[in-house]
Amino acid sequence: MAKRARGDALGTDDIPATDIGELSAAPTREARQETMVINMGPQHPSTHGVLRLLLELDGETVLACEPIVGYLHTGIEKNTEYRTWQQGVTFVTRADYLSPFFNEVGYCLAVEKLLGIEAPPRAQVLRVLFCEMNRVASHLVWLATSGMELGAISVMLYGFREREQILDIFEAATGLRMNHAYVRIGGVVMDLPEGGVDRIGDFLDMMPGRIDDYEKLLTKNPIWVQRNVGVGPLSAADALALGVTGPTLRAAGSSADIRRDEPYIGYETYEFDVVTRDAADCFARYEVRIEEMRQSLRIVKQCLDRLREPGPVMIEDPKVRWPAQLEVGPDGIGNSPRYIEHIMEESMEALIHHFKMVTEGVSVPPGEVYVPVESPRGELGFYVVSDGGNRPYRVKMRDPSFSNLQAVPQMVQGGLVADVIAVISSIDPVLGGVDR
Amino acid sequence: MNVEELAERVRRSDPDVVVARGEALVSVDRERLLEALKAFRDDDELRLDFLSSVTATDWPGRDPRFRVVYELSSTERHHRLRVKVGLPQDDVRVPSVTGLFPTADWHERETYDFFGVAFEGHPHLRRILLPEGWEGWPLRKTEELGGVDTRYHGAFIPPIDKRTT
Repeated sequence: MAKRARGDALGTDDIPATDIGELSAAPTREARQETMVINMGPQHPSTHGVLRLLLELDGETVLACEPIVGYLHTGIEKNTEYRTWQQGVTFVTRADYLSPFFNEVGYCLAVEKLLGIEAPPRAQVLRVLFCEMNRVASHLVWLATSGMELGAISVMLYGFREREQILDIFEAATGLRMNHAYVRIGGVVMDLPEGGVDRIGDFLDMMPGRIDDYEKLLTKNPIWVQRNVGVGPLSAADALALGVTGPTLRAAGSSADIRRDEPYIGYETYEFDVVTRDAADCFARYEVRIEEMRQSLRIVKQCLDRLREPGPVMIEDPKVRWPAQLEVGPDGIGNSPRYIEHIMEESMEALIHHFKMVTEGVSVPPGEVYVPVESPRGELGFYVVSDGGNRPYRVKMRDPSFSNLQAVPQMVQGGLVADVIAVISSIDPVLGGVDR
Repeated sequence: MNVEELAERVRRSDPDVVVARGEALVSVDRERLLEALKAFRDDDELRLDFLSSVTATDWPGRDPRFRVVYELSSTERHHRLRVKVGLPQDDVRVPSVTGLFPTADWHERETYDFFGVAFEGHPHLRRILLPEGWEGWPLRKTEELGGVDTRYHGAFIPPIDKRTT
């Protein structure tokens, strides 16, 4: 903590000229010529990971804010260039760790577009199902952490309690709670386990009541209302100029939603509402996310109806499909014993094919595509380039949190330092996605 | 407006348009970049008012070696256009588009960080994800993945196969 003359630490070129003018006009400005620069983060309980904010304060007022990112950079994009196309799934799923299915779906759709193939209908339904379950889980983490940061500890406990039930379903279906690598090029790795549909059905029966409970705890809670209403305003025009998408943009009245605007994996065939609010503040973002959870459950319900008909979950083409067959056993996910027996005991050709697919993988025709999907935080885009080889030439992830964070200075400058906490949580950044 | 109509519209001002896999792609010179993006943004039919991302690709041995890629979309019409600018190996400069699309700020910093592309006119072009003082441009194809010595502020990290725990 150090006292400095205003503008010393952050460089006035970072601060929009209009904001300085407004702040100079404030009466306290003349009395105090010293400002304070503090670091919030990177190790701070309310920065959602390792975000660091350099704040310049005059008393309680934020004069300038600069988000500093990169603490979680792991080189995912570079790594994918050194692995086969199928292995890319296991990397990208780890970027935004709260929405792994979206990363997987976006990447696989991009590769499938390059290959000119489409996954079978049942696989597409499963993708929608897991994406929407994931959206609920992600919004629950947002709700839990936001509640905790603004003093509503009980909401934190409830949010994580229900999220855990979703993760249990993910674990039963994919073998892992997070980073599933469940969505694969050409489909998904395996069908739902026995009783899976009923289990998700039970969750669907339970969850709406729980969402009502959250609303009872928060929507009219005076502290929650005071901490959120009118805080961190960001108009739709500013949001678009700054690259903000997702619930933050929809809370400013825009109806931009890629599921509706540029449908993929069959979203055009599901009934759901794009939730919008006009207030453009932290409270509107809360309302949007709460209602989006309900809409997601609505979509999951439609998915379950469609899953009554059996069908393949992976395309048949042996040049593309992953040869191994996995099963979830008592000790987690593993190779199916029947398949191991087949390649090791029965068929030399199957073993050779398995070996080639696992070591060399699939070759993808040269070209480039950009595929956007609507993640819980906004537009998640995959720009994937192939030079015709069996490895990606370039995988660029357009992560929504990365763009959304840029809007933080705009939302907090001129406000109080306590509002910074509310604003950060209202855009729900995940630093794994920001830094990749 | 479907992708063919979009391509036709873009072709009127910038002829180098390709449509592949249902996506439109236009290549422009860097001298024309700002003018073209502004025209696409303000054109009544195109209305490409949202910049999703800026990135680059590196093609050693080709000329131009670098390609800077801009993903544009229309919030109103829901169509997309990719704009590409080729940059030669010995002159990796391109004008910054932050004046047209403020969101380009961080995206250009990231592209600078990874590929060493200098965005002229950017208000504060410096590294964003890698630490300040990092040497090299890690996403260039000439940079190895691991297995190379890394020096950073006096710290020494041996190659990945020579580390002991």
